[in-house]
Amino acid sequence: MMELTTKPVLRRALGLGPALTIIMLFMVIPVLVMAVYSFLEANPFGGVFWRFSSAGYTQFLFERDLADNLAFSPDYLIIIGRSLFLALVTTALCLVIGFPVAYFIVRQPPQNRNIWVFLITIPFWTNQLVRTFAWIIILGRNGTIELPFRWLGLLPDDQTLGLMYTDFAIVIGLTYAFIPIMVLPIYASLEKLDFRLVEASADLYGSTFESFRRVIIPLTKPGIVAGSILVFIPSIGAFIQPDLLGGGKKLMLGSLVQFQFATARSWPFGAAVAMILLCFVMLCLMWYARTARRAGTNSGMGGHV
Amino acid sequence: MNVQTISDTTAISIAGVAKRFGQGKTEVTALKQISLQIQDNEFFTLLGPSGCGKTTLLRILAGFEGVSEGHVEIFGKDVVGLPANKRPVNTVFQHYALFPHMTVAENVAYGLRRLGKPEAEIQATVQRSLELVKMEKFAQRKPTQLSGGQQQRVALARALAPHPKVLLLDESLSALDLKLRQAMRAELKQLQKATGITFVFVTHDQEEALSMSDRIAVMSDGEIQQVGTPNEIYEFPVNRFVAAFIGEANFLETTISAMDGAIARCRTDKGLELEATCPVAHQPGDRVTLFLRPEKVRIRAADSGGIAGTVTLVEYLGQATFYHVDIGSADPILVEARNSDLGAFDHKPGDRVSIEFGTAALRVLAK
Repeated sequence: MMELTTKPVLRRALGLGPALTIIMLFMVIPVLVMAVYSFLEANPFGGVFWRFSSAGYTQFLFERDLADNLAFSPDYLIIIGRSLFLALVTTALCLVIGFPVAYFIVRQPPQNRNIWVFLITIPFWTNQLVRTFAWIIILGRNGTIELPFRWLGLLPDDQTLGLMYTDFAIVIGLTYAFIPIMVLPIYASLEKLDFRLVEASADLYGSTFESFRRVIIPLTKPGIVAGSILVFIPSIGAFIQPDLLGGGKKLMLGSLVQFQFATARSWPFGAAVAMILLCFVMLCLMWYARTARRAGTNSGMGGHV
Repeated sequence: MNVQTISDTTAISIAGVAKRFGQGKTEVTALKQISLQIQDNEFFTLLGPSGCGKTTLLRILAGFEGVSEGHVEIFGKDVVGLPANKRPVNTVFQHYALFPHMTVAENVAYGLRRLGKPEAEIQATVQRSLELVKMEKFAQRKPTQLSGGQQQRVALARALAPHPKVLLLDESLSALDLKLRQAMRAELKQLQKATGITFVFVTHDQEEALSMSDRIAVMSDGEIQQVGTPNEIYEFPVNRFVAAFIGEANFLETTISAMDGAIARCRTDKGLELEATCPVAHQPGDRVTLFLRPEKVRIRAADSGGIAGTVTLVEYLGQATFYHVDIGSADPILVEARNSDLGAFDHKPGDRVSIEFGTAALRVLAK
């Protein structure tokens, strides 16, 4: 009789085993290693000394001046602020551009939709680095955007529009990179939307805008939230775009981490920055879980996309 | 019938409306030149099999579809090109289409809010509308927490709350089970009389159409076959389609042998002589179809007068029994006998019987 109760448990453990092992090996353990390293002392020649130190975290807010006193320094806070700001702008842009795209695809005849979804994924076929380089050619000096101005004589030879190496260039690069992952979850929830509800709204005197605001948006919220988080998280930790398009002058959290490990040889500080990044990501996911749960109980259509 | 309460004002005027979907080879004609007048305060039903174009016509009235040709007027105003949200028309959808993210009260208030009514008035109207359909206790529930019948009532309250000039109902009872459907019929009819709103009801269920409507338009293949009161449609169908679609009917293929005023003497291919009422002019020698409702036929013991025949099949339905009687026509004659008396004479397959019906009951169909 014991078999009856133990068997399902055993079977479940066996079934989940591979997934749990992979998550433990490649997710939980590295994060724990990172957490430990963030509390160690840096070795200027790379690696760490195995001595406890909270320098990684204090370094974030304070600078050691010549007299060895801690002085408040906002430099890294500015980087956090810039990262948050650029990631938010990127997310908003992706949403504003991605939603109409997803809506357009859903309104196509069903047999054509897969072609459109397929087209959306084409950018993933080439390396992200290469695609980001392409933006240098577009935005840069004598690039695709500047050339017509030069030909028209609106832009003298010794001047430039100054598009490159700005926050603007970074946001363009990030938006371009992450639009597909905004479109796909929104598409998934729009496809589940019952468009008869939109007709019902129009029937009840709702204008196109009102129907959009009060019926389409609330019912596709899980997709919108999922897309936003999928864009926001990699945006905040991105380092290719700030490096190439921001010229390394406009650091973001991701580039800071990369810089600490690769160049500055301050592994504990890099690990600490990564932990702070992780905290932001966790906050986002908690918010998502809460929204999704609420959307799930509200509509009864299941919150996840 | 409450014909006297229907005013002379035309609520909806449909003139030469045609609707085609697709282009070129894939073009499908959903409606061919429909013309129809629906009076104010009328319970009007569009009845027909699926694919007959009745739902397309309803969607044109609601403003969800345009017309390929023709004109639609609602209370004298041309509404062709007018979007759904600008029409004084509300719809009860087939699957209710209640907003799942809103409570029952919010659903009912939706139309009133979009019309910009003051909040106090909205609250009062929502309350009144929910009381009308006996759903006031469920105001704070979500639609997913309601049964099908309850959702149906909320959909009705939501569509009635803005007090539209015309209420469109798209197969609104078809998703309910039989008992509930029958109860809702009476309620819908009462609701229509109480509110004085013109109802346009789309259904494929002839019983629903007969029991509720002031007038019915029977549709098939994108065309209107007949418009009339339930009684006219049932007793005096203009063609075989209408006669066959509504209720049970016997059809007899015959040749007219003589005309005597409105009475035609007809002969079946097997030589049976019958007298039928003929509402249209015919010449002797014309091939005509005779039509006879099963309940108009009386079945008797053999050799008691009338036409002799043999019972081939008996279908017992509780309140009535259907006898299939072979009288030498192409198909056996279907006879409906009400089981009003316990232990009434019971015929079995193979029994010799005779059947009888009046000349008025046997009619020549126009086509």
